[in-house]
Amino acid sequence: MIRVVARVIVTPKPVVNDPQGITVKQGLATLGFREVEDVRVGKYIEVSMEAESMHEARERVEAMCRQLLANHIIEDFHFEVDQVVRR
Amino acid sequence: MKFGVVVFPGTWSDRDCGWVIDQVVGAKLQYLWHKDADLKGCDCVILPGGFAYGDYLRTGAIARFAPVMQEVGEFADRGGLVWGICNGFQILCEAGLLPGALIRNASLEYRCEWTHLSVERTDLAFTSQCAEREVIRVPIGHGEGSYFAEPAVLSRLEQNGQVVFRYCDAGGRVVPGANPNGSLHNIAGIINKRGNVLGMMPHPERCSEPELGGADGLKLFRSVAGHGLKVLMS
Repeated sequence: MIRVVARVIVTPKPVVNDPQGITVKQGLATLGFREVEDVRVGKYIEVSMEAESMHEARERVEAMCRQLLANHIIEDFHFEVDQVVRR
Repeated sequence: MKFGVVVFPGTWSDRDCGWVIDQVVGAKLQYLWHKDADLKGCDCVILPGGFAYGDYLRTGAIARFAPVMQEVGEFADRGGLVWGICNGFQILCEAGLLPGALIRNASLEYRCEWTHLSVERTDLAFTSQCAEREVIRVPIGHGEGSYFAEPAVLSRLEQNGQVVFRYCDAGGRVVPGANPNGSLHNIAGIINKRGNVLGMMPHPERCSEPELGGADGLKLFRSVAGHGLKVLMS
């Protein structure tokens, strides 16, 4: 078994209105960051777990995203899985 | 007609619904705990407003795993009446019993105010006491009530006549200015294709007695209670 940590990023789909992102963008513009073209506000979820392999870990995390962590109607997700080395 | 009112940890409109059912309509009332694995013979199950399981992750996302929801899903499949109000609507969408999703209000504000609703279906168990295109006045109280569905889903809803309530002005005009949350097509409530699962963001239980500033919500409760009678007589 290996220990892994999955870092999941969930963002609103491009077709979904994101009022938080729009408001943050306006805030950045007020601070002088006028180069900002778009802001989307999402979620960061960290999952620590054991798995047989990196391949299995990725499959499991993908299933978690599809079944609970993201709502496919309004959100996209992507993730990275890293092995945690025990000291 | 026996109404079941589901109580999740974090539900807050259960007693308001219970009051209307028991004290105003005079129908049978049964509270259903989220861990209950049977619906105790209820004919209509209400998922009331609140913040079930703290609305962690997304509104309704965790509530859908409650033991009682398995029963509610099977009850709905058998044609039982299921009525999601506010948080209950969000839970029904997360559970896949209704299409679409409810996202953050366009204003980013929690909106707690009276709205006008155009009643677009009066052939349902939930709305039979309303007149066609009647405008009813019902309050909302939510931060995440903006209805979203993909264009294909939205046009299917419209074609099937599944939009039951739309935010409108006092004259019944469905205009952007009457939309409190940015819902697509001013949608305030939808029904499943079969006509037995209703989800709505406004709170009829908060306007079922004149003392509360309006009693239009009572028409919906009386419709359901009357439906029970009709079934009994048929």
